[in-house]
Amino acid sequence: MNQLSNPVVNNQIQVPEEEKEYKIENRFLVIWRRYKKNKAAVLGLIIFSFFALVAIFAPWLAPHDPYTYDLYDSSLPPSWDHPFGTDDLGGDILSRVIYGARVSLSVAIVAMLFSMVIGIIYGSISGYFGGWIDNIMMRIVDAISSIPYFFLLLIIASIMVPSLWTTILVLSIVGWTGPARYIRGEILSIRKRDYVEAARATGEKKFSVIFYHVLPNAIAPLTVLATLDIAGNILSESALSFLGLGIQVPTPSWGNMLSRSQELTTLLDYPWMAIFPGICIVLTALSINLIGDGLRDALDPRMKR
Amino acid sequence: MTIYFIKRVLQAIPLLFIISIISFILMVAAPGDPADAYRNPELGASQDLSGVIKHLGLDQPYHIQYLKWLKALVLEGNLGYSFQDGRPVLEKIVERIPATLTLMGTAILLAFIIGIPMGIYAAVKKNSLFDYFALIYSNLGYSVPSFWIALMALLVFSLKLDIFPMGGMRENYDSFDLMDRLHHLALPALVYAFGVTATKTRFMRSSLLEVIQQDYVRTARAKGLSEKKVILKHALRNALLPIITLLGFQLPALFGGALFIEQVFAWPGMGRLAIEAIYVRDYQVIMGTTMIGAIMVVLGNLIADILYAVVDPRIQYSKN
Repeated sequence: MNQLSNPVVNNQIQVPEEEKEYKIENRFLVIWRRYKKNKAAVLGLIIFSFFALVAIFAPWLAPHDPYTYDLYDSSLPPSWDHPFGTDDLGGDILSRVIYGARVSLSVAIVAMLFSMVIGIIYGSISGYFGGWIDNIMMRIVDAISSIPYFFLLLIIASIMVPSLWTTILVLSIVGWTGPARYIRGEILSIRKRDYVEAARATGEKKFSVIFYHVLPNAIAPLTVLATLDIAGNILSESALSFLGLGIQVPTPSWGNMLSRSQELTTLLDYPWMAIFPGICIVLTALSINLIGDGLRDALDPRMKR
Repeated sequence: MTIYFIKRVLQAIPLLFIISIISFILMVAAPGDPADAYRNPELGASQDLSGVIKHLGLDQPYHIQYLKWLKALVLEGNLGYSFQDGRPVLEKIVERIPATLTLMGTAILLAFIIGIPMGIYAAVKKNSLFDYFALIYSNLGYSVPSFWIALMALLVFSLKLDIFPMGGMRENYDSFDLMDRLHHLALPALVYAFGVTATKTRFMRSSLLEVIQQDYVRTARAKGLSEKKVILKHALRNALLPIITLLGFQLPALFGGALFIEQVFAWPGMGRLAIEAIYVRDYQVIMGTTMIGAIMVVLGNLIADILYAVVDPRIQYSKN
């Protein structure tokens, strides 16, 4: 230590001998221990892991090729050969659901990452500058979030040529306002705390204060926001694909597998086409929501709902 | 109070202004332009539209186009013309609004009637079986896509059990038949309420749990009041307040949810109009519905805020 240390501080803190024996636990272990107590959250983690594994090992798990259509086998009810039945073009629904997990999950996660990055940058800029810039930037966020969510989603989707990447793009364009607003609020509130004052007093630049002091403290709640965002993206992607504006056939997604069921005759005569992909959407979204809630409680006990 | 009221109204104006800019940008970004409405498909490319383009001002720079568009919008309520049938967009939307509001209003009402008692009971009987049931239900409500639950309800109750009609708003077109209307309204409203009730239950529960811990509730209990009186008279009043603002926050999602319910149940509302327009890429109508939807959300928020201020005397209006 070559810096001059503060004599007052050094003299006052005297660590008693016995306290040294306490082991400082790993932060993740602490979080995990708190997380474990929440049964619903553990259940959510199990269900989600199941779907994640299905998505990763799709080629080994799918009994048929999801892209092979056999018109002679179209619209078959569930059987041993096709446990979830076949769709109207003769595709095996189980295989398409398994590959659909891949598509739906990766689209949701990538879109979440994009919207987090956009949101964090936007929110940081807004909070960093403050004043009228902040005012204008936040009014824009307010305006975007006043537009009914699915209307905005559908409009942007309808302007673009639907594909996997445009679906991701649409979801991120619409989804960044939440994290942006959150980060900006966090910067404004943390800015007034003592340790940030202290950092500023030592002459740190405003930018590095945000980067080294504000953002790390906002990461825990952001994780929760990001988790819940994945669930939201899964629902939005399925809704877009359901209307034919998201992921396009033959690429399987849980949403576009449901779009045929918009016709009442299909829904009545071949209900399995609507039931199985729908259950996957519900279970995945539910599990992620449970994880998000569990994380919220585990990361910050004060934030209990 | 009046100052707060005026200030809150003034705040809504820049918001609407920015929404109009966003709408305009999206409209410019969309393929095709308003002149397409005048195109005669039989003439094809040989048609000379330069006169129309000049008249509509489409040859001018964007900011002038925007001002012109905004002027028409604000002064005449002109949102452009549908390229399908040439009718004014506003007229097409206005005739659909009552259907949407009926559906949304019924669903929200149902959500309050079911969700609030459920939330109260779950909070009072914390960690009971009912509480767990309410928790599972409210999580499901967040996780089930509205169009899928609509499809399932349609499959079970309309197609298989034949209790409810398959869609539409009425069968009796000759006269107003209340029972017929209610019969058609029931299933879409219930399905719609499924998701909304979940959020209401959850919020009511957590809001009441928070209030119960406050000192004045302990005081009320210490006075020897019955538990029923403590909850219903003292705690509930303050716990209910956030639900009002929550409704304001939820409006954008509620409007969005209406899209899918209306689509699946063939409910002739704004949402269905928007989806029909999207299928044929009728951008004037799409933008119109979005603009109107956003305006309704802003107004809804305004009303929620003002209601909140009226109901809650604790709200302090800052002077700056």
